[in-house]
This record gives sequence, structure tokens and C-alpha cells, in this order.
Amino acid sequence: MRYAMAIDTRKCVGCSDCVVACQTENDVPNGFCRDWVKEVVDGTYPNVSIELRSERCNHCANSPCVRCCPTGASHFEEGGIVLVEHNKCIGCGACIESCPYEARYSHPDGYVDKCTFCIHRVRQGNDPACVSVCPTRCMYFGDLEDPNSKLVNVLKNRKFKSLAPEAGTQPQIFYLL
Amino acid sequence: MHTRRKFIKIGALGLGATAVTTAVASWATGNTSGSTRSVNDRAVSGWHRFPTYCEVCFWKCAGWTYVSPEGSIQKIIGNDDDPQCNGRLCPRGTGGVGMYSDPDRLKTPLIRVTKNGEQTYREATWDEALDFIANKMKEIAGKHGPESIALFNHGTPGKYFTHLLNAFGSNNVAAPSFAQCRGPRDTGFELTFGESVSSPEVTDIRDTRCLVLIGSHIGENMHNGQVQEMSEAIDKGAVIITVDPRLSTAASKSKFWLPIKPSTDLALLLAWIHVLIHDNLYNREYVAQYAEGFNELKEHVRDFTPEWAYGITTIKPELIRHTAREMANAAPSVIIHPGRHTTWYGDDVQRSRAIAILNALLGSWGNRGGIFFKEGIKIPDFPRPAYPKPSWSWQDTLNGRYPFAKEAVTNTIIEASIPKPGMEHIIKGWFVAGTNLVVSIPLKEQLMQAMQALDLLVVIDTMPMEITGYADVVLPECTYLERYDDLRATAHREPTIALRMPAVQPSYLTKPSWWISKQIGERLGLGAFYNYKDFKEVLQWQLKQIGSSMEEMERIGLKKYPRKSPVYIESIAEFKFKTASGKIQLKSNELQEAGFDAMPVYTPHPQPEDGYYRLIYGRAPMHTFSRTANNRNLVALMPENSVWVNPQVAELWGLRKDQHVWLKNQAGVLSNFSVKVRITERIRWDSVYIVHGFGHHHKPLTYAFGRGVNDTELISRLAIDPIMGGTGMRGNFVTFVKTEPRKEGKL
Ligand code: SF4
Ligand code: SF4
Ligand code: SF4
Repeated sequence: MRYAMAIDTRKCVGCSDCVVACQTENDVPNGFCRDWVKEVVDGTYPNVSIELRSERCNHCANSPCVRCCPTGASHFEEGGIVLVEHNKCIGCGACIESCPYEARYSHPDGYVDKCTFCIHRVRQGNDPACVSVCPTRCMYFGDLEDPNSKLVNVLKNRKFKSLAPEAGTQPQIFYLL
Repeated sequence: MHTRRKFIKIGALGLGATAVTTAVASWATGNTSGSTRSVNDRAVSGWHRFPTYCEVCFWKCAGWTYVSPEGSIQKIIGNDDDPQCNGRLCPRGTGGVGMYSDPDRLKTPLIRVTKNGEQTYREATWDEALDFIANKMKEIAGKHGPESIALFNHGTPGKYFTHLLNAFGSNNVAAPSFAQCRGPRDTGFELTFGESVSSPEVTDIRDTRCLVLIGSHIGENMHNGQVQEMSEAIDKGAVIITVDPRLSTAASKSKFWLPIKPSTDLALLLAWIHVLIHDNLYNREYVAQYAEGFNELKEHVRDFTPEWAYGITTIKPELIRHTAREMANAAPSVIIHPGRHTTWYGDDVQRSRAIAILNALLGSWGNRGGIFFKEGIKIPDFPRPAYPKPSWSWQDTLNGRYPFAKEAVTNTIIEASIPKPGMEHIIKGWFVAGTNLVVSIPLKEQLMQAMQALDLLVVIDTMPMEITGYADVVLPECTYLERYDDLRATAHREPTIALRMPAVQPSYLTKPSWWISKQIGERLGLGAFYNYKDFKEVLQWQLKQIGSSMEEMERIGLKKYPRKSPVYIESIAEFKFKTASGKIQLKSNELQEAGFDAMPVYTPHPQPEDGYYRLIYGRAPMHTFSRTANNRNLVALMPENSVWVNPQVAELWGLRKDQHVWLKNQAGVLSNFSVKVRITERIRWDSVYIVHGFGHHHKPLTYAFGRGVNDTELISRLAIDPIMGGTGMRGNFVTFVKTEPRKEGKL
């Protein structure tokens, strides 16, 4: 099992519903977020294009954050989900520094927090909150090892990219182009 | 001007704030979510869910409010069965709980009093406030007749106060959503097809092969179902053509973006009509069967060639021809989207007519992938006596103008509230429910004059919006999560109804509008119009009439009814449009008879002088007009607006990214606050763009106060549409003021 996400930049409208849904689902304190939306504008008027991207922890297969965590709070769960165990975390912030995606933040309660791929929902067979709320249905969550999944299907049929591949982290969020 | 009515800042009064009451409603239905969390997530079990439909915008998506056993609202999730949202609320709906938890909410009734010569509000009991209102209403009616009370409204609360006024003897009920928004579109389509496209719009975007957007920014306007369908259309490979001076989100997803010179849309539309007709691309069969006036139209557009339009719109002739062919290839599965906010340049009905005519030539009305026929369930009125017939109505405030206004025009109701010698119809009292007139009506001076002259101004809202500062009485409404409301009955592809019930009890001393209306009604001796104990009784009765019940609706939230009538035109023999002749009016005899152009004509509109830029305003997906700017669940996503400036313009003015500037319009009107500069290639060099709904100047909105600018205050020149009274607002130009203007000259 290898959980991953594909996000269709052609459909995303940048509405940030994924951000709000994550905040209410996961009780993310006001002013912090586990996911966010980037707008990249390219070209000069009138030959301009925009890419809208919903970003979050990439649940990297080769994750620098897990490697550098001194307490083992950052660890892998089933399907390669990268998780922080809050009561083991001492809030040292080494992982925040090591993440090339700036996916982690210091929770006011003294530990480091980030996207969990909504493991509590996934274990019950549901999609993550952001995926299930997205009005444009531009996000696909699933198991890369399941050839029949919608996720594998879109990745087979579309061009895609991942972010900062040069960092060698083997990110598991793919952006459909 | 005599200023009797001083603006009062509610928050400055230090009013007592009782704690939020969040006890789980005792009528909990036993809907348990059953979810238990593990890992490092908060443990949750035993949540109850209550059906609702969202009130953060007019789309009214059906959903569920989840409440913990302790009685705190956990989240709001869309109802999977609702075709308006398909289980997915938009960011505002998902963050709707922020309306409930907003610390700045109105908490208790307030009455204006004068203390030591100063005007202020005092906290009042409901009885005091309601008695005061009823007595004033009687007094006004005694002097001027009940017609002298008017209502301005938006959203569900409006219905209850409309009922109150109708029972009292007035039908002076106006909504800014007509003359400040969708009025021109509705009028243009009614004149052409005999009916408009309703809300939610009956555009079959899901199945279209070609979607044409003209200044309509779906995706930034988060009209949920439409956004979802546009995404589906993208998946299915539909061709999207977007006309916009700004690279909107929709434009960025389009196969063709036509970066038009602002104010010239009608020239482009006429050129498209020209190409369709003169290049023989139109739907001959459909036009022959359903439309009249074709030959006159053909003659009318003879000279409106793409080459002619190029000089006006800056859109290349080849591109005009090419896009017209794309539309024709897809026809009749094509939608030239009617838009929604269409009060732009004062000839907006005519522009909407041109859009309607294009749809007609392509045969989209009544066809799959075009504009479909809706069907809905009619909810019967709870038994009541007949309303008395008013001796005059809003039509009498038009004074012979705007002959095609089918709904009350806010501007003329405001005019009728300003006393003038020899006036026959005067308005002396206002109810304002759910609309912040100060921000939604661009006629600031008139509005202020009118409010000064009133004998009674009652504002009903959940939040201390600017308008509350002018009220004699402020009534705190509870939020949609704390009340029963009318059933949502939607006419669309399938007839549906949705229930809203309280998930928690009203916080503070807030009350639902149905209760407020009933209380005032009873004090006016109109008890017969409120022959029920509470609104649940009304709903129970109504649901029974349409074959459902409270128990069923509490369980499912949304009910679909089987469709009885055809969705498309082809299955109807001899289809008749709802126009006088039963045919589509390519040429409008009605308009001609009233002295207007029978077919749309392009008129040039004023252009900005050197150093000025056209002010274009629009929407952001995480905000609804000015009402979400204080919602703590949404503000982090967009705390303030910025002014979009083309890099060339920024260079000319030496503007830096995020620099604060003030905006000044052609009449010298200066923005209340400064705004951050956003330098972006997404906007033309002759325009600037700001998102509407920011720049609140009412301190009690503790978060929103002073963040960004309010476009409405810069819209001081209006182009009024003579056909229906719409206030065209896109003819204002602004320039940049780089140093704090109010400090200038002080040193
Ligand atoms: S909810 Fe979907 S459409 Fe909206 S920003 Fe997130 S990914 Fe994009
Ligand atoms: S998967 Fe869950 S935790 Fe991660 S961004 Fe989406 S909603 Fe937030
Ligand atoms: S579109 Fe969004 S704000 Fe409007 S009703 Fe639906 S969820 Fe609520």
C-alpha cells in the first residue's frame, strides 16, 4: 500500500475550500494551516497563464523530517503516511527546517503539526477532508499500488509533475497538468 | 443638511455580552455520526447532525451541521443528495460556523436614545423594542398610510418581513439584488424569451460543449453548483471562451481568452451575431420555428463586422470569427452565459438582450448542454387571510421611468423617502433585513438624505454592519445555524426541498426573523396572519401538503421529487415561449413601443483620462460581498483586498508590491482606507481590479475594520439603465494617491 494524491491544476479554482475543511476537520488553530493554495502567474499580458495548486505535506517516501527527528515522533504509518506523534514531539523544530515544502508548523500547544492525510478518515474508508469537500473534484486520493484506483488511472492518462523533485524526497503528491 | 440621525458605533458602547449558549438542542434527532478518531486527532464520538441549508450566499446549499454532545458546532458538511452542492459546500459554507462564533455579533436589541445631548443606543428588552416599532408603525400609518413603510432585504429573513408589510398594507419591498445586480439580465432575457434563467441558473453547464463567459467569473464567484459543473465540463473537454479585461480564474482555464477593452462588450456581441447570421452559422431550423424578427436583425447587424468591432474592442477579427465558429460547432449544446451581476454601463438590458439573442440564434434555450427547463415544487402558504390591497405601491415611485422593472427598484424607494414639496407617495419607515445598504447601494448621498428623513429605521441583522449605526432600533437575529426557516424549494433539473433546523439554541438574546415578524404583527393586530405557535408548526403543515413530514426531513434533510415535465424543448410539440406572441423576440416590439431600441445598439462609454484607470470589481471565492469580511474562519484566507495593477502601470507610478496606496476617483472621492498594491500581469493596463466587500468603516466589526478598500464608496457616477432602473457601476475611474492624503498639508 502506498497512499498518494493527484491534484488537477486544470480544474482547481483556488477557492481554498480544502484549507477551510482541513481546519474544521482537524481543529487547526486560527492563523495556522496544514494545506494552502498557491497561485503561480506566468507570462505578460495578454499571454498570461495561471497555475493554481493546493499544497500540503508530500508524505515523502524519502522524508528528511522523519530522518532528522531526534525523538522518533515523526514516523511512517501504513501506506507511507508521515505522521507526528504529538506526545512524543518536544517541539524542537528540526523537522520544520528540514522540509523543503514548508509543510510543518509549530502548534501553539507545543508540538509540531502538519497534514496527516486525514489518516483517521482514511482508516474508515473515507477520503481526506480536503478531497471530499473540493467543489471542483480536482483531487484524487488513493493507493498507488491499486491499479484499479481512480488515482492510478488519472496518473496513467495525464501529464503530471511533483514539487521540488530535485530535493530527492520522493514526494507523493502529484499535480496533473 | 439637518442630521437628526447620527451614526452610532455599536461596539463603542461596551454592551454586556452574555456567554454563548451552546447546549445541544433538546430536540436532537438522534442522528449520530458515529465517527471515532484515533491517532493524534481529537477523539470524537456521539456527534449529532442537523439538516440545514447554507445562508452564507444565495445559492443555499443543503448540508448537515455536526454538533458535539457538549453542544458545540464541529463542522458543516454538504448534503450528498443535494444537486446544488453534491455533498460539497464551498469555502464560505464550510466556514459558515464563523458566522455563529463571531465575537462581534449583535447580542441584544438596541434603541436609539439621546443622553446628555448625545445620541447613543441603549440595550432594550425585546418587548420594549417590539412595542416601540409597532407604535411607530401605527403612528406612521395613521399619518401617511401603511404604504409608507418599506422593506429592503436579502436572503431568507426577507420573506418574514415581506409578509409583515403585506399584511400591514404595503408592498414596497425592494432588494438590491435587482437594481444593483441581476436586474438587467432578468429583464433582457424576459424581453427575449419571456422568462429569465432563475437562481440557481438553469444553465446546463454540466453537459455543454461550449461555455462562453462574458465578465462572469465562475470560480471566483463561488456559485457552488456552477463551479462544480464548470469543472465537469473541463473534464469532458468543453470549449470555454472567456471575455474579460482581466485574466480571471475562468479565463485561465479557457481555450480562448478575449482580453477585451472594458465597456465594449456589446460591440463584440453584435459582431458575433453578425458572423453567425452573415456566415450562415446560426441554427436555421430553430430560428425558423421559434423566433421572430430575424430579417430585421439580419439587416440591423449588417455593418457590425468583426473588423468594425476590432477597432472598438481590440479583439482581432480572426479571433471573433473563430470563436463564433466554435459556438456554432457546439450548437445547440452551447451557453452564452447570462451572468449575474450585470449592472455595468447603463445599457445593460440591451447587452443582456444581445446575449439572449446569441443563445437564440444557436438554439441553446431548451436544449441539452444549453439552457434547460426547470421544475420545482410549489410550497403552499400557511392559511392566512388575504392581504389588504395597498392604495399605492413601488410602481408609483417610478414616476413613469423604468417601464420594464418587474421588481421594486431600490433607488426609487430611496428617492421616495426624501421629502419634496407636493409629493404624493412618501415613505417614512424602513425595515432593513440582511442587507448592508451602506455598502450595497452606491447612491451614498441620497441614501444618507433618505435615512435622515425617516421616522423609523429598523435594522435586523446578525452582525453590526454599517447600516446598523443608522437605525432607531437594531434587532439581533440569530444565525442560520440557530433557527428554523422557510423550506428551500428549488426549481432546477429536479425539484427539491431542503429543511433548515436549529443545530444549537440561539446565542445571547438573538431571535429568528419569523419570530420577530410574528411579534410585531401581533402587536399591530395582525394576529390572524400569524395563526401558529411557532415556525415548526408552519413547516409541519407545509410538509404535509407536499407529501413529506418533519420526521422525514429531519432524517434526510433534502428531498427530491420526481420530475413531471420535459427538460428539453424537442419533447414538446408546438412549444410556446412565454412572450406575448409565443416566439423568441429577436426584435423587441415591446421595447420599440416604449421608445427604446428594438435591437441592441453599441454606444461608446466614457473612457478614463490620463492617469486614471477603470475601476473593475469582483468576487473572491472565500467571501460573500461584505458579509464575510469579519468571519474568523475565512479571514485568514483573505484578510483584505488589494488593488490589482498591471506591471507597466506600476512602473509608471513607481509602485512597489504590497505598498499601501489610497484610491481617488474622477470626482475626487477618496477611499476611506489605504489598500495594498498587487502587481500582476492578470490585469489590463487601462484598468485596476479590486474584490468587493472590504474596507469596512464600522469599528464594531473588530476584525474587518479598516482592512482594504470599499469599491462602493468610489462608485459615485452611476449610469442608470432607462429600461429597468439598474445602477451601472463600471463607469468610475481611479488614480493612486501615494502618501497619506489626510495628512497632506498638515506639516
Ligand atoms: S478546494 Fe479544490 S478547487 Fe478549491 S482550492 Fe482546494 S483544490 Fe482547488
Ligand atoms: S489530507 Fe487531511 S490533514 Fe492533510 S491537508 Fe487534507 S484535510 Fe488537511
Ligand atoms: S455556494 Fe457556498 S456560501 Fe453559497 S450556499 Fe453554497 S456553500 Fe453556502
